Amino acid sequence: MSARQAAGPGDGLLTRDQAKALADRVLSFSAGDQTRVNITSERDGNTRFAESITTSGGVTNTSLTVTVTIGRRRASASTNVLDEASLKRTVELAARLARLSPEDPEFMPELEPQSYATVNAFVERTADLNPEARATAVKRVVDSAVEEGKPAGAIFVAGFLETHARATAVANSNGLFAYHRTTDADLSVTARTPDGTGSGWASAGSRDWGAVDPARLGRVAAQKAVASRNPQAIEPGMYTAVLEPQAVTDLIPLLGGALNARNADEGRSAFSKPGGGTRIGEKVVDERVTLYSDPADPGLLGAPFDNEGLPIGRIVWIEKGVLRNLAYTRFWAQKQGGRPTGGVLAGGLALAGGTKSTEELIAGCPRGVLVTHFFYIRALDPRTVLQTGLTRDGAFLIENGTITRPLKNFRWNESPLLMLNRLEDIGRPEPTAVGRMMPALRIGNFNFTSLSDAV
Amino acid sequence: MSPTRRDFLKTTAATAASLAAIRGLGLDPAAQTVAPSPPDPFAIELAMEALTVARGAGASYADVRIGRYRRQSIITRERQVSGVSDNESYGLGVRTLINGCWGFAATSTMTRAGAQNAARDAAVLSRAARTLQNRRVELAPVTPVTGTWITPVRRDPMEVPVEDKIALLLASNEGALKVKGIRFVNSGLALLREVKTLVTSEGTSVTQTLIRVGPTFSATAVAPGDFQSFAEEIAPRGEGWEYVESLDMPGNAERWASMAVEKLAARSVEAGTWDLIVEPTNLWLTLHESIGHPTELDRAIGEEANYAGTSFIAPPEKMIGQLKYGPGFMNVQADRTQEGSLSRVAWDDEGVPADRWLLIEKGIFKDYQTTREQVARIQKLTGVNRSHGCSFADSWDAVQFQRMPNVSLLPGDRDIGLDDIVADTERGIVVKHSGSWSIDHQRYNFQFSGQAFHEVRKGKVVGMLRDVAYQSTTPVFWNSMDMIGGKSSYWLGGAFNDGKGEPSQINSVSHGCVPARFRNVTILNTRRSS
Repeated sequence: MSARQAAGPGDGLLTRDQAKALADRVLSFSAGDQTRVNITSERDGNTRFAESITTSGGVTNTSLTVTVTIGRRRASASTNVLDEASLKRTVELAARLARLSPEDPEFMPELEPQSYATVNAFVERTADLNPEARATAVKRVVDSAVEEGKPAGAIFVAGFLETHARATAVANSNGLFAYHRTTDADLSVTARTPDGTGSGWASAGSRDWGAVDPARLGRVAAQKAVASRNPQAIEPGMYTAVLEPQAVTDLIPLLGGALNARNADEGRSAFSKPGGGTRIGEKVVDERVTLYSDPADPGLLGAPFDNEGLPIGRIVWIEKGVLRNLAYTRFWAQKQGGRPTGGVLAGGLALAGGTKSTEELIAGCPRGVLVTHFFYIRALDPRTVLQTGLTRDGAFLIENGTITRPLKNFRWNESPLLMLNRLEDIGRPEPTAVGRMMPALRIGNFNFTSLSDAV
Repeated sequence: MSPTRRDFLKTTAATAASLAAIRGLGLDPAAQTVAPSPPDPFAIELAMEALTVARGAGASYADVRIGRYRRQSIITRERQVSGVSDNESYGLGVRTLINGCWGFAATSTMTRAGAQNAARDAAVLSRAARTLQNRRVELAPVTPVTGTWITPVRRDPMEVPVEDKIALLLASNEGALKVKGIRFVNSGLALLREVKTLVTSEGTSVTQTLIRVGPTFSATAVAPGDFQSFAEEIAPRGEGWEYVESLDMPGNAERWASMAVEKLAARSVEAGTWDLIVEPTNLWLTLHESIGHPTELDRAIGEEANYAGTSFIAPPEKMIGQLKYGPGFMNVQADRTQEGSLSRVAWDDEGVPADRWLLIEKGIFKDYQTTREQVARIQKLTGVNRSHGCSFADSWDAVQFQRMPNVSLLPGDRDIGLDDIVADTERGIVVKHSGSWSIDHQRYNFQFSGQAFHEVRKGKVVGMLRDVAYQSTTPVFWNSMDMIGGKSSYWLGGAFNDGKGEPSQINSVSHGCVPARFRNVTILNTRRSS
């Protein structure tokens, strides 16, 4: 069978030339009116631990998707079997599916060649992090957490380290070709006290492994675990909340659905104007809020193009509280006379802020709840972007500007949009994950609705 | 309007297969027309190459999984097809156990050299893992097995022409668009055919073909300054195309869509304490989150602590045979043999035969979900010396670990249905279909919504409600259950994409339920303006 002759790319990532050659080969097999090839070549490594290393893995894979257009009909087929027979079969399958599909009334032709911003998101030391180095890093996490957690006894430490090196390419029969390489390293750690009453967490993600400090993450998680022991219940209700940057990172990207232009135009978004149209130009949140995407921003380093090869640039969604832009697909942009933007999260997402540290936001709070991060967030009502979820790994009572005691976790029902109208203060943005720059926020009347016994 | 009667009939009609499963009857084997894939000699050859290298590198145990996954997806909106895609993924994963440490490596380079390199890489990972080892992995014994198996289907969905699939979806959308007020309709099909071969160093060699289908449908009604959606609860199943046809989506779409319009006019709920009547189309998800997940042993022992979380059912020695989960008539069964279910297999990804066992018996927690390496943790408490067969990976490139089997609430002794429960209720809310769901990381505090809600007064449904969510704590909720349906009201729901693990993997799992009543549940109103 075909796989016997598989001439895969070996264990490395496809270079620009290799990706171009593979794309050209696929395009040469297609008899469609237009054809697009999306290629992803990846090399991933991971190490998971819970006291011991429990699993660790390495994966190499290259896969491609062929999208064939015949008239106004279009369909896709994908494979990771890269021998000639399989590639031809995949192209033919896409063509057959396209012929069987009805004409697309929202059809947009493939793009002509484009030019792209250079985004250097590939860091060799991240790509080269091998199993031994990962195991050593993980041991540093555990050792520092155990040391820091001594006041609570034998602390339990679990976590995950993974690295990705990835090359993506888009090519089409109009001559468009785009190629981009990225790396990322993500390390997260949970520390739990032996009495089961305290839990802490810390996380970092970066294109550059050198920006991740395993020992510090272990220490922070353990400090949180020790400090959160024996949490006390306070009555659920509206409290001022100081959200650490990780908690803000959990909430703000949820505005993505509302920022979809089509949803807004069609009357099913929080940014739909009652009676028709969108709220672009209206003040929708506090004037200290500016939300933007920019793949070239050194703090974001997002993708400079999307799946269709559309260039992704800087887009300010909300500027000083005013809704400035919505996310337009190419079709919707043409229909509404807007500019195609790609998806909301394609170019990363940043919430601009001030200069204050999280500690300063706490210091300015007479009484409130400090939140480490959130868990299990689910949408409740798209009309207001209302969500529910829980606090996790450390909620603390703030009184007169200082943390006074650990609290039981809360379930909350709150909207990232509505809460930005109750902004009391905004911190200094920091990198919280790959493609995210978020500050701490102090929010008035955050709606904590019930208590959770979960630790 | 008599939604309760209508639903009761629909439930009864749609569950012949599920009931057959309860009785252990199932499909007529003679009607099964699709044969299992035979083992691919090339796959076996590559597996043997990898096992030889793994043994040479010092592995006391190794296994190789070769998977070929075909996924087809069709998505439509209104009168258009928004996407047709067909995905094939093929590759090999090797797992090695050296000095009690796991390593796993996967490659799409399907050559002898590719397989050998993957085995070498896995061994390097095993050795690196010794850097942090506090516990040696010990595997419970399993009898080596050779064989093939396929999900029993009459028609492989991959063999159905795409035009037929598109026609079915667009006809459904057309039905929905007949309803005045409906502006948007989405429907889709997710189809999977997975052929995987497992070869272990202990002599197991099995090839399984798994087939799953997942149809979806939702409609949105728009009114000035308002919009409401209704998603029909169409259970994904481990069945063939005949299941999709049996749903009669085109014939039912108009009725489904009319629910979205009805919701626009529904009364906003009065928050407070209500008796809650939960239909099986909603309860399956509550059961999944509040029973399925906390009974996973990897969560109870902390291995999932950094991601999905731990479990309130811990430590095992204080819980097994002691925790009162619910009333004496509550029995919850784990079952990988159930006809039509998503997690039905013949063997798991460690070659352990499919199992069926009780997690909760007469209201008392009895046992967890286990894999081979987990058995030793609880065998003195349960007396079970073998794995329950819960080891799975979602792809050739992912390592197998403990995943949820089908977990179901068994019917009560009296064969009553939803109507009987409604008739017995003074003041309550009937919750239909799954909506928003959220639960904490130890599976205590949860909040669920639904697709439609009806108010019950003095034993009768009196009108529709909206903006409803119910919030409770797992032990309180299940212990407040005072009435459940019988076998005629059993319905098998499920999820295609249950996430767990790092790197995150998905799992497909079914949950059978009967309608049930819960007393004095907290109801929230989710409408918010500032």
